[in-house]
Amino acid sequence: MKLPHVAGHDCDNCPESARLDQMGVQLAKFDHLVALAGNPNTGKSSVFNSLTGLRQHVGNWPGKTVTRAEGGFSLAGATYKLVDLPGTYSLLSASQDEEVARNFILFGKPDCTVVVMDATALERNLNLALQVLEITNQVVLCVNLMDEAARKGLDVDVRGLSRELGVPAVPTVARTKQGLHELVSTIAGVVKGEIAANPNLRHRNTAVERSVDELVPFVESVAPGLPSARWVAYRLLDGDHRIRQALLSGELAQLAQQQTAPAAQSRGLIALEGAQ
Amino acid sequence: MAASQPKTAEELLARADSLRRELGDEFRDQMVGSLYQESRRIANLAVRGGGSGAASIDQRIDRLVTSPVFGLPLMLLVLSVIFWLTIVGANYPSQMLARGFFWFENLAAAQFETWGSPWWLTGFIWHGVFRGLAWVVSVMLPPMAIFFPMFTILEDLGYLPRVAFNLDWLFRRAGAQGKQSLTMAMGFGCNAAGVIAARVIDSPRERLIAILTNNFVPCNGRFPTLIMLATVFVAASFPPALASFAAAGTVVGVVLIGVVFTLLVSWLLTQTVLRGEASAFTLELPPYRRPSILRILYTSLIDRTIFVLFRAMLTAAPAGAVIWVLANIHSGGVSWANHISNFLNPFGSAIGLDGVILLAYIIAIPANEIVVPTMLMVYMGTGMMIELDSFDELRAVLVDQHGWTMLTAVCLMLFALLHNPCATTILTIWKETRSARWTLVGALMPLAIAFIVTFTVATVVRSLG
Repeated sequence: MKLPHVAGHDCDNCPESARLDQMGVQLAKFDHLVALAGNPNTGKSSVFNSLTGLRQHVGNWPGKTVTRAEGGFSLAGATYKLVDLPGTYSLLSASQDEEVARNFILFGKPDCTVVVMDATALERNLNLALQVLEITNQVVLCVNLMDEAARKGLDVDVRGLSRELGVPAVPTVARTKQGLHELVSTIAGVVKGEIAANPNLRHRNTAVERSVDELVPFVESVAPGLPSARWVAYRLLDGDHRIRQALLSGELAQLAQQQTAPAAQSRGLIALEGAQ
Repeated sequence: MAASQPKTAEELLARADSLRRELGDEFRDQMVGSLYQESRRIANLAVRGGGSGAASIDQRIDRLVTSPVFGLPLMLLVLSVIFWLTIVGANYPSQMLARGFFWFENLAAAQFETWGSPWWLTGFIWHGVFRGLAWVVSVMLPPMAIFFPMFTILEDLGYLPRVAFNLDWLFRRAGAQGKQSLTMAMGFGCNAAGVIAARVIDSPRERLIAILTNNFVPCNGRFPTLIMLATVFVAASFPPALASFAAAGTVVGVVLIGVVFTLLVSWLLTQTVLRGEASAFTLELPPYRRPSILRILYTSLIDRTIFVLFRAMLTAAPAGAVIWVLANIHSGGVSWANHISNFLNPFGSAIGLDGVILLAYIIAIPANEIVVPTMLMVYMGTGMMIELDSFDELRAVLVDQHGWTMLTAVCLMLFALLHNPCATTILTIWKETRSARWTLVGALMPLAIAFIVTFTVATVVRSLG
């Protein structure tokens, strides 16, 4: 199924190789894994639907997507699996939706994590973006709802945002599919290593960093193969009960394996959510 | 340091704990604080302007919509208007559909006879399976095709979280969490979806309460039943000019009773088996967004209307067949359907209903939406063969031939509101709780409440004469 208009208004003269093909849920194998994270009600599901051609129900209220939905698209001969995570404000609490999102970013080893942000409430959305950046460098910021920001008279400097955080940022209006082509080509760039991401995390405290530096090798030796030993070290230092328990019970290592296995139930859940 | 190099998980945790003590108590707050500071710094750099037109319009609307004085009445008004439009708009198309279907049923049955098909085959296919389907489509399709687009517009607009906001204090008073009102709003669409939506609640205790009480919100499948009963019975006892308003008011009343039971049962649960304090939460009010027409039509007609209708038809066809068989196999000169409904009659009449209605509920366990059609098929199958092509005739049949009263209609509406969730929802409760015990509670508690309430209503009304 080819829907060239999805490529957006900015791509009428793109070469054929740059066309985006929606693949729905037909994903036997894929080349790259991409996670979609973001605060609730920022249009993550709209981005997901536009890219995959699926019709996950889009509602204007927070907390609508409580499970992860999966779909795919292909670009320039490579296939991408896209995982829509539940919308969360942070990754630090123990509610189930936050855990689903956090576990996937941590242990699912996505090749790229897209943080969908609400341009009209950037400050609150940055909290989550900074937390994601503590877990992984492979991040693309999708600054969505640019039309609403304009309507509110807000001028969002997306380039400045990108410079400040050290990761690529793309302005979008997912509902009208504006900027989505730039988004997928940026994702492709990050996945292939063409776009180097060097996050600036200025808020880190040097004393804390030293302690984390000390813990990281131990975390790696106790739970080998963890994709983000640094983040786990942070949480241990913070006294996070869930992470402590997970480490003691060996659940952490298990989680790392589980996330790479396909989610068996997700297709059924998509169907159920679609039928609200 | 080499001496204390952690090798096991326990040692690692001990080391992390001692490092935390070295860093001091305030470091955690500092970490979170610096995160917020950095967010504010970057946001201030990247965003200019604001505070103009649209935002303040949104705020002004919100001040009205979520105001402590006008919020709840406004909500009731919106709900009433939606039900009224549904009732007024669905009446005529429903009659047209029914007339068309039953005309076709007779035509096809006659054609079968001229082809020499045996009576039981004609009866089974046309007066059984087809009639079941025809009932479901003509009773359910028009209200759904009107109700769902309007409901979806409210959802897209961003009104539902405001409803949750307005109801929040009530839920906190009941010892449950305010977010439960969001899962409740979701339940209007589908209880199974509402049960899944309870995942947004952090505390397992409050989540369980939300799951167990979601059934008290009438779902898509039950709205047509309520609307039909309100139209046929309540509206008919008012002068024609007021009839549609009375029907809409009745449906709103039933929804409110559902909310009252949600709160009451939540409160009872927090006082007994699920004790605890209500936890705090933040609820974000999303900006008002202009709904996209195409998406609304798609969501409401394909995802909702067709989905619910298809599910109803899937269960109605076999139910129609079962009823036809029960009505046409006789022993001792009386059909099986009559035997069963006669047996159930004492129980039914104790709760203001009758044996046929209970039989219909038993046959319709897989899906709530076919209760009324099933019930009508039992009546039709056991009584005279009548073509029902208007609500007036339907009323005449129920009242004159089967002794229905206003009490029957009221009890049936209460029963439809309160009784056990459909099979899909029960399955979802099990998937979400992974507990056979709580699933059983989720299925049987509403049923018990339904029996108690209808029994009480019937007894009180009868004793008052």
